[in-house]
Amino acid sequence: MDTTSILVVGVGGQGTLLTARVLGSLLTNENYDVKISEIHGMAQRGGSVVTHVRYGKKVHSPIIEPGGADILIGFEKMEALRWSHYLKPGGKIIINDQEILPMPVISGSEEYPGDIINRIKEVCSDLYVLDAVSVAEKLGNTKVFNIVILGVLSRFLGIEFDSWINAMHKTIPQRFLDLNLKAFELGSIISCDA
Amino acid sequence: MKELLIGNAAVARGAWEAGATVATAYPGTPSTEITEHIAHYEEIYSEWAPNEKVAMEVAIGASMGGARSIVSMKHVGLNVAADPLFTVSYIGVNGGLVIAVADDPGMHSSQNEQDTRYYARASHLPLFEPSDSLEARDYTKMAFALSEEYDTPVILRLTTRISHSQSLVEPGAREDIPLKPYKKDVKKNVMMPAMARTRHLLVEEREHKLADYSEISPANRIEWGSRDIGIITSGTCYQYAREVLPDVSYLKLGFINPLPRKMIEMFAAGVKKLYVIEELEPIIEDQIKSWGITASGKELFSVQGELSSRIIADAVKGTAPAVANAADLPVRPPVLCPGCPHRAVFYALNTLKLNVTGDIGCYTLGALAPLSSMDTCICMGASIGTALGMEKARGRDFAERTVAVIGDSTFLHTGVNGLIDVVYNQGITTTIILDNSITGMTGHQDHPGTGKNIKGTPAPSVNLEKLVESIGIRHVYVVDPFDQDELFRIIERETERHEPSVIITRRPCFLIARGSGAQAVFDSSLCTECGKCLKIGCPAIANKNNKPEINPVLCVGCGLCVGLCEQKALSLKGA
Repeated sequence: MDTTSILVVGVGGQGTLLTARVLGSLLTNENYDVKISEIHGMAQRGGSVVTHVRYGKKVHSPIIEPGGADILIGFEKMEALRWSHYLKPGGKIIINDQEILPMPVISGSEEYPGDIINRIKEVCSDLYVLDAVSVAEKLGNTKVFNIVILGVLSRFLGIEFDSWINAMHKTIPQRFLDLNLKAFELGSIISCDA
Repeated sequence: MKELLIGNAAVARGAWEAGATVATAYPGTPSTEITEHIAHYEEIYSEWAPNEKVAMEVAIGASMGGARSIVSMKHVGLNVAADPLFTVSYIGVNGGLVIAVADDPGMHSSQNEQDTRYYARASHLPLFEPSDSLEARDYTKMAFALSEEYDTPVILRLTTRISHSQSLVEPGAREDIPLKPYKKDVKKNVMMPAMARTRHLLVEEREHKLADYSEISPANRIEWGSRDIGIITSGTCYQYAREVLPDVSYLKLGFINPLPRKMIEMFAAGVKKLYVIEELEPIIEDQIKSWGITASGKELFSVQGELSSRIIADAVKGTAPAVANAADLPVRPPVLCPGCPHRAVFYALNTLKLNVTGDIGCYTLGALAPLSSMDTCICMGASIGTALGMEKARGRDFAERTVAVIGDSTFLHTGVNGLIDVVYNQGITTTIILDNSITGMTGHQDHPGTGKNIKGTPAPSVNLEKLVESIGIRHVYVVDPFDQDELFRIIERETERHEPSVIITRRPCFLIARGSGAQAVFDSSLCTECGKCLKIGCPAIANKNNKPEINPVLCVGCGLCVGLCEQKALSLKGA
């Protein structure tokens, strides 16, 4: 089979690395060749961050190129738009409908764009938008919003639900597991109308 | 069972499997996780050294003592360790010695893009370069074996994409490598002119033997495809090229110095059009062109930044598909975290409009707007010497308006030498040690001042106050940077003083100390729009029509903005 490419973008500190860990465990278990590329260091301090996940029979490059992502996951709305040109024609975008203001906006020198979802619709018709932070908050901890998003992603990879649960058992510490499993299950069925 | 490992973890795994027993490093992105992962192996002594030079010397000592040892650093760390590097090349090894160096093309987290392969050539040391995690593990093991077989330290060169990309590795068993006997050997280990002259001859001989090894090394291989195009490449560029050019011929180099000349000549003769694809400098290209081989290289591929599958496809085939342009959006630069103690210091320095010589760490972000309070950043430990140089060039009036800022870990790395120069040569420079009690930017590693070692167990701690006093600094003050009144008072007084002073702003990194659960709340009726809270550059405070808007998700209740608000429009709730 061909290589599948999933680009996870967000803001440093949002937990993209944990999401990649769950995906890595899942895909390895499914006997795929897997490559994941992430950036540590300075960008992790609140900057724009990106994690590349690629899997298939044999994967060479760990990096997704512009126009090369089958699925784009945006943990933050404007970051989803920033990276939207990485999407393949016909690709999917899953967006956490959250605004995190960058410093030029905070300091008042620039404005946070008001029409992000519409601009994304111009380049992608297969769009899934949800306020995962509010969903996670109702479950008791906003931090598990990323696992809610993983739940949404689980609908599209053709991998059995139990395999996802298995991967979470392997990668998430026991004391957080129940909460994360609930977040995942909710994400796997929640409505995501753009 | 295969495991998904980042390249750095694979190097750690390779060192363990190769029977290494000593590992040392100073943290530096993208190399840090090598030693962090090694620290999980009980069979290997591991440590954070105060800087890369000391780390290199510890690794050399361990090798002389008969152990297989590994020292790891980022590319610029090798500059610090370059002095022992060049001479240990003459000395060679007893136990295998591997020097893992991670370059950072594209400068994801670095101040320059230097190419470690130049160091291998200049110091006449063999160099391996893996192209994924499996090779990172395998080449580490090969490097240890080669080191002992050829009596040479071996450089393992990584780049950010290798260090921080995960790929599958089938873990192997640990070799049982007994400690080699230690024998005093003055002719080999004492590098005075007479001995070094003899050793230099051996270095040249060794390089010839290594060139022969390069021809048969399992790290260098030809993959014949279409003979119309041949590509000589290495590292992550090999993977980029394979992705988009599956049918051409490859000479994939994993052993870069010295190069396999016969293999390259044979490959070049076997293809119609030859490309050399390498990130950063034309190390391979320049050498093969000097042998009279025609190839395309740096006229197509920049010496700056990272290459990619797309760039390679475009250059070789001219067929990269068009893609949409990136959206025009506000940039999202990295910022000091909410609750960061550095913010309080930079707010003061910006308000006082001082000249600030800076250094390397999270706090380099203090150079960005709106704090905008750093004038220089060169390398680890540079701030204090730079401030003294400015003073000597421009005089004392200028020095009264100038401070050097340096983190605690950076001060112990190479900053202390600069301070010795200030005292000895009678400068008046004021130094601010930003003591957040951790190595921050690289992800919270302990250092000689934190009271803990790499394993997190208690260790002796350098007392910064006593250290600087012993150098001869008579004016040493410790202040909590969130006590802004006191901080302003001390900075103003000490910059004007005609003697050198050290101000230690002490407050732990917020990511470690965490908050009390309090949050800032804003009462708009009391606000006079003075704008102070908006000038601290806190990600949790947005500018809403010249008034603050607190983001409750981001606010950690550090209280810096509350302390600055004279109208009491900001207060802390829920502590």
